Amino acid sequence: MSDHIVRAYDEDLRDLAHRIAEMGGLAEHLVGEAVSALVARDTDRAHAVIAEDERIDDMHAEIEEKSTLLIAKRQPMALDLREIIAAIRISHDLERIGDLAKNVAKRTIAIDDEFRQKRLIFGVEHMAQLAMEQLKAVLDSYASHDDHAAGVVRARDEEVDAMYTSLFRELLTYMMEDPRNITLCTHLLFCAKNLERIGDHATNIAETVHYIITGERITESRTKKDLTSAVTADGIAQPDLSD
Amino acid sequence: MDMQVNDAVGQTATAGHAIKMRGEKVSVHYGEKQALFDVDHIVHDREVTALIGPSGCGKSTYIRCLNRMNDTIPICRVSGRITLDETDVYDPSVDVVELRARVGMVFQKPNPFPKSIFENVAYGPRIHGIAAGKSELDEIVTTSLQKAGLWDEVKDRLDEPGTGLSGGQQQRLCIARAIAVSPEVILMDEPCSALDPIATAKVEELIDELRENYAIVIVTHSMQQAARVSQRTAFFHLGHLVEEGRTDHIFTNPHDQRTQDYITGRFG
Repeated sequence: MSDHIVRAYDEDLRDLAHRIAEMGGLAEHLVGEAVSALVARDTDRAHAVIAEDERIDDMHAEIEEKSTLLIAKRQPMALDLREIIAAIRISHDLERIGDLAKNVAKRTIAIDDEFRQKRLIFGVEHMAQLAMEQLKAVLDSYASHDDHAAGVVRARDEEVDAMYTSLFRELLTYMMEDPRNITLCTHLLFCAKNLERIGDHATNIAETVHYIITGERITESRTKKDLTSAVTADGIAQPDLSD
Repeated sequence: MDMQVNDAVGQTATAGHAIKMRGEKVSVHYGEKQALFDVDHIVHDREVTALIGPSGCGKSTYIRCLNRMNDTIPICRVSGRITLDETDVYDPSVDVVELRARVGMVFQKPNPFPKSIFENVAYGPRIHGIAAGKSELDEIVTTSLQKAGLWDEVKDRLDEPGTGLSGGQQQRLCIARAIAVSPEVILMDEPCSALDPIATAKVEELIDELRENYAIVIVTHSMQQAARVSQRTAFFHLGHLVEEGRTDHIFTNPHDQRTQDYITGRFG
């Protein structure tokens, strides 16, 4: 894409993309730190995540402000307009990801004194890896305007959902095994849910990347593999027939 | 060279709006120089069609073909076919004066006659014999000024010269003058380029109201204006109609790279 006649416009757009990249990097960092803190039972690290989330909120506000100003000042059209709308949307998703990471950190602090066995954490750690891979891949697809890569992220969200469903059952089993696990496992369950939501936000971003490149919205619905809403007391997920 | 990207739906009829005018392979030469190349284009009834493109792209040349304003330029030669309700407007049997009453025009610079406000509007109906008597003429003048959104501002001073009005009022007077002869199509060649933002907003509001009764074709250099007032947009470049389609599509997701570059301010 060639440059605008007004050079300051190009600089404004580059600045916006740069801010998104920076915010994305910070969101990735926070998720990684929150999960590491959880696995390592490191409350100092968890406190740092909570503090750093404020920076994400500030960046979100700045991006919104810059985007609003750009729309008012340049009256963007076509691709430029899509870029700006995408920046607003993606910064919102990243802000939510920051909140979810913060929530994992808060739980890490809350379960500090809990009796814990290493094996209970494995599943969450494994799921976190996948969610972080998704986040990294989608941010790369944004930076390189790669619609195909964004499509891969979108397709892979099923895996995150499926892993969450199986983790849900697993944690349920631990709780049944030993009631002393209940507090810890409930917190871990919420952590897993947060990671599943992070996967959803990565998918949202993938859809936004598709919108930037093609100007089209994705209308077909994804296969829903998070079946936990249908899990019954025996720990078996029943197919959800209502949807 | 086929460079048009026309969506099939738009070329027949959108949302039940009938085809009012149709240009088929319209080419225009000014002497040796060709200004327009094989333009195929449709104007739908009760819709605003915006023509956009950089200076010299042929959009004004094209709009001037629609009511044969180019006839006044001796070296100008128009080929192809332009129809108004299936009638070829270049057919020798067509009365050009009558054609221009049916296909009215509003220009870039407001050009009221050096006559009273009343006479500016009454002139057309009088020479076309539209009004049967004084009271009917009064009524035409009143309703035309009302439709043009000017009535409240001028009703107490209809005898004053039209040239004494502000620029925005003069432009609305010219629109009232065009409406007075009961046109079917109104052509507007950059109607707001000499107006301030308030006057521009009033004219845009007026265009939106007029759309209920007329087919409107507007040439504009303001992309935002095209996006605001029109339902369909045609992009011209170097004498070719590059892309035509629904306005919301053209401005968010144009097909052609040249359209994209132009509307995003990458060349012009």
